[in-house]
Amino acid sequence: MKPRIAIFSLTSCEGCSLAILELEDQLLALLGGVEIVNFREGMTERAWDIDVGFVDGAVSTPQDEEEIRKLREHCRTLVAIGACACLGGVNTLKHQQPPLEYREYVYGAGAKWFPTTSARPLSAVVKVDYELPGCPMVKEEFLHFVKCALTGKQFRLPADPVCTECKKLGNLCRYEKGELCMGPLTRAGCRAICPAYGSVCEGCRGLLGADAVAAAREVFPARYGVPFDRIADRLRLYGAYQDDGENAISGVLQPSR
Amino acid sequence: MKNFTIDVKHITRVEGHGNITVRVRDGEITHLELAIVESPRFFEAFLRGRPYHEAPHITCRICGICSVGHTMASVRGIEAACGIVPSEQTVLLRKLILFGEHIQSHVLHLYFLAVPDFLGAGSVIPLARTHPTVVQRALRMKKLANDLCAVVGGRHIHPIAMQVGGCSHVPREGELQDIRKRLVDCREDLDETVGLFAELKFPQLNRPTEYVALKHANNGEYALYDGDIVSSHASQVTSPQAYRSRVLETVVPHSAAKHCASPYSHEYAVGALARFNNNAEQLHPAAKAVAAQLGFTAPNTNPFYNNTAQLVEVVHDVESSIELIDTLLAQPLELEPIVPPRDFGIGVGATEVPRGLLFHEYALDKDGNIEGSNLIIPTGQNLANIEADMRAFVPQLMSAGMGKEEMTLHLEMLVRAYDPCISCATHFLDIQWED
Repeated sequence: MKPRIAIFSLTSCEGCSLAILELEDQLLALLGGVEIVNFREGMTERAWDIDVGFVDGAVSTPQDEEEIRKLREHCRTLVAIGACACLGGVNTLKHQQPPLEYREYVYGAGAKWFPTTSARPLSAVVKVDYELPGCPMVKEEFLHFVKCALTGKQFRLPADPVCTECKKLGNLCRYEKGELCMGPLTRAGCRAICPAYGSVCEGCRGLLGADAVAAAREVFPARYGVPFDRIADRLRLYGAYQDDGENAISGVLQPSR
Repeated sequence: MKNFTIDVKHITRVEGHGNITVRVRDGEITHLELAIVESPRFFEAFLRGRPYHEAPHITCRICGICSVGHTMASVRGIEAACGIVPSEQTVLLRKLILFGEHIQSHVLHLYFLAVPDFLGAGSVIPLARTHPTVVQRALRMKKLANDLCAVVGGRHIHPIAMQVGGCSHVPREGELQDIRKRLVDCREDLDETVGLFAELKFPQLNRPTEYVALKHANNGEYALYDGDIVSSHASQVTSPQAYRSRVLETVVPHSAAKHCASPYSHEYAVGALARFNNNAEQLHPAAKAVAAQLGFTAPNTNPFYNNTAQLVEVVHDVESSIELIDTLLAQPLELEPIVPPRDFGIGVGATEVPRGLLFHEYALDKDGNIEGSNLIIPTGQNLANIEADMRAFVPQLMSAGMGKEEMTLHLEMLVRAYDPCISCATHFLDIQWED
């Protein structure tokens, strides 16, 4: 029997769901191998007996929290897709301001109608089986995950930094240009797409781990004269680094099973 | 059927989360709303304090489907606030990637979200079995548009190379030539698409409303990247910098969603049909020919013909992209230095994105950090108009003797015709669920 697949969105831009539709060349083959039973953005029918549920978006409202708990119950395997679901994503930028302030700035007197919570990754609320990070998620990695799931192979995220892929492409290192790039701290798997297109890595795929952060605390101030606060600030863009304790690296992805 | 309630929770095949509620008592509508239940995102709040150059990278994350459009409005708003004039090459590349997004978004909407209703399917998935050539054609066109965006910006969803002051990457000549060839080949797919849509029967709902769009002066191009604000209800032309005199945002108690009115009407429409109604004369000749073939003339006051306007625009976008690539290939593309800011102040960027007119306004402090912003999205501007359409449509459906199920389908189709993008909800207020 074909695995029953579903795709859901919490607080997000739905770009990761959209990225699945952007697998145009493989989409029909993919549809041959699985049965999509619930995907609000693309179909009317909605069923709840689900083998693998992919969820994009952060948990950012009480409704999101209710929804993710319900999805966890209905999905045998739950997969977080994209920076919002894996790290909290750009939604976490609101944490830099007091809640009442950001709500009133946008909605004025209507702010009281807004039940909102801090923006959290799915794993902060429920058990997540796999994470496919990135803003947006890397669609080739998604495809690889589905192939692994269909053939019973083990899926693992790359365990090295973006720099390894960047070097292979022969890109000029952003540090040679005097720029601050998050590549050394960030999990590979994106084919260093931002440096390849003339930008710095912004850390959207999450931190490699505590060791990388510890090294950054030492190396950036000593070697580049950059205080760690500036690095932390960069890493906050997608929620990879959050201020919830002295050595907080809550944006580190869960080790994949 | 004199008493009934239609309650659609989470309308499917639209971007983002929305609900329709209609209550009829004794044959009269007592309650009607299109409610937006998308989570609030607070982009305008958390942009505060971020450096100016981050704005496009952050705001493109408002929406996956219109991320190029948000990037365009954002770079233009920030550049207006910084006194930056981008190079000619930069503007051409931006126009090209914007065509790519319009094609990709319209094809996605027409084939994946709208067409299933007309072919009696719940989604494109069963169509892959019953109408494989239709689905393959849609995928081919969509992929071409995505690849066009990727060649220019690195990727379609959250483009990388489009930055404040210029482009951090330029396409290689061979890449542009390949895209050009595929655009030329795409003409055949466009013909087939026109043939498909010529056979679809749209519901008849004629409700004249105000149509607002950007426009270039008479001999100029069909406005997408930039232009002045025009309306079907006013001869006055307004510069985007003065958009606040044309877009009046209000809090509506019944749905608690911010709606937009104009100085001339309680509601107005933006999007492909609004652009067509204001600027049909400026379309590419090939697009005009398709409009004529479909008997589609401006002004058209049936919102379902937004689909047709999108199709006509796809033809315009494909043909214009070919011409634009020829212009770009006439001289070697160069990686130019990013133009630095001259000073920091207030600026507005107005761009026609697939769903209509998008405004990004920014105020920068003396150090170039964002002090405040205002982002007004097309779907927010259309909300009041969609509700007005539903109010006109429901009595028409009742007098046609429709049952609740058929009526619900028609209302959903009406909402879908606007191709609403609820994920872009920078500005929506929450509503209470009604049981």
